[in-house]
Amino acid sequence: MAIAQLRAVLLGYIRTPAFLALSFGLPVMFFAIFGLPNVGQKLPNGIDLGAFVMASLGAYGMSNVLIYNVGIGVANNRARKLDLLQRATPLPSYVAVFAQMVAGLALGALAVVLLLVVGFAGGVRLEGVKWIELLVVLVLGSLPMLGFGLALGYGSGPNSAPGLASILYLPMAFASGIFIPLKQLPDFMQKIGPFLPLYHYGQLGWNVVGAADESFGVAVLWTIGWSIVLLGLAARLYSSDARKKFR
Amino acid sequence: MEVAVALEAARKTYGSVEALKGIDLAIRTGELVAILGPNGAGKSTAISLMLGLRQPTSGRALLFGLEPSDQRARSRCGVMLQESGVSDVLRVRETVDLFRAYYPSPMPTARALAMAGLEAEAGKQVGKLSGGQRQRLYYAIAVCGDPDVIFLDEPTVGMDVESRRAFIDSIRDFHGEGKTIVLTTHYLEEADELARRIVVIAEGHVVADASPDKIKAQVQGRRVSFVTDRQLTEVDFADLPVTRLRLDDSRVELLSNQPEAVLQEMFRRGVGLRDLSVVGADLEEAFLSLTSRQAATSATP
Repeated sequence: MAIAQLRAVLLGYIRTPAFLALSFGLPVMFFAIFGLPNVGQKLPNGIDLGAFVMASLGAYGMSNVLIYNVGIGVANNRARKLDLLQRATPLPSYVAVFAQMVAGLALGALAVVLLLVVGFAGGVRLEGVKWIELLVVLVLGSLPMLGFGLALGYGSGPNSAPGLASILYLPMAFASGIFIPLKQLPDFMQKIGPFLPLYHYGQLGWNVVGAADESFGVAVLWTIGWSIVLLGLAARLYSSDARKKFR
Repeated sequence: MEVAVALEAARKTYGSVEALKGIDLAIRTGELVAILGPNGAGKSTAISLMLGLRQPTSGRALLFGLEPSDQRARSRCGVMLQESGVSDVLRVRETVDLFRAYYPSPMPTARALAMAGLEAEAGKQVGKLSGGQRQRLYYAIAVCGDPDVIFLDEPTVGMDVESRRAFIDSIRDFHGEGKTIVLTTHYLEEADELARRIVVIAEGHVVADASPDKIKAQVQGRRVSFVTDRQLTEVDFADLPVTRLRLDDSRVELLSNQPEAVLQEMFRRGVGLRDLSVVGADLEEAFLSLTSRQAATSATP
């Protein structure tokens, strides 16, 4: 049952070309524009700029999947009342929710792998084990963004979800130094950035390539904290939605 | 026989609105029951309680003697809800397979598709189905787990005449296998030809619970219809023994306990009549009289 549910959710994601382009296409495109020309260029600390951009866009691609595929997917399912129909079948609600989460993480991992392959093909060189490390931290460290996506899905409708996603997420991505290093951003952004979940998620990847502003341990602690906050928020919104419909 | 579905003194309030005012209802296995009622009468609420989608404010709902939300109860139950969609990008067969996977001993996919008349559409994406085909897909989803009871909420909305015919035959066949079927419908003739038992809900109460024939017999009077050679108005019928009147150009339809008296008066006034028919009241009349009686009673303080 769980496998069938997972398969169906994945198929649903894969067959939505617009979201797939956003999740798979955009990170690779940005990498082609901002990463490839800089491969081989060294940052002051001796780190390859191409590797730095690749790690940034890995976090971006994973977040795109969790926000646009999972978050907006959940909002759409609620709008078409699929949740109501599923509720009347023997499918336990938690299986439905976990299938969304696992499918999102799996698809996000795929988006990251694609980016890493493009990075390698474009000349980015890391120690062998670093590639695996990068993939692992980008998947595990994405839990706050998963919470963000689910909160969006359970807290907003299908019409407001895409707009809300962009209004909250894109500025957050900028202020977290995903597109442009934080040090080159306006002063107020530099002040806000270090409190954002995506900033610390980015730090996890940058730690792997050796270009981080904070230690790995600190980034992990922040990420755990934000996971609790955002997944907790998603859980609250989920149960208040269920209370409205099923009591 | 085992009771499949039961509501016991079930009350449901939404805020200050009392949608169900204490309903008792037991549906045994193998019954085919139609639940009728005007919009807002409480029939959707009743179905939601039976399915465990809503919790009764007081009283209780049981499915095979269990809480309706119990996994064991839900494994024996299939459902077709109004306005509930599935993913547009999955194919028909994939969608049915997905719902089959929820049940412990589903029927073969091919059979579910055949019952719904969707064999030719099996490879189509759900988003490309017509309204009627979509409705039949929801039926396939309801039966694919080979459940003991199916709930069909307004199942034939959006179907053309031919699919509705086939659909009704399929429900009848499924019932023939000993399955319990609970349906709500706006089409009274559908309830009349399909159900052995009709439950009428109005203003949160069960106002009738009997076979279609018995319900029809509750309405005294005959239905009279004719076409006149001149336009009549309601005033023309004001002093006649008429309980319900519908005027449509020169066509007159009315319900009366004394059809002879009405017709005599028409002839006395020299009104020319053609296409005259006098028949027993049908379910629609019964339904209207039952539900309007309920409205009248509850309006009295």
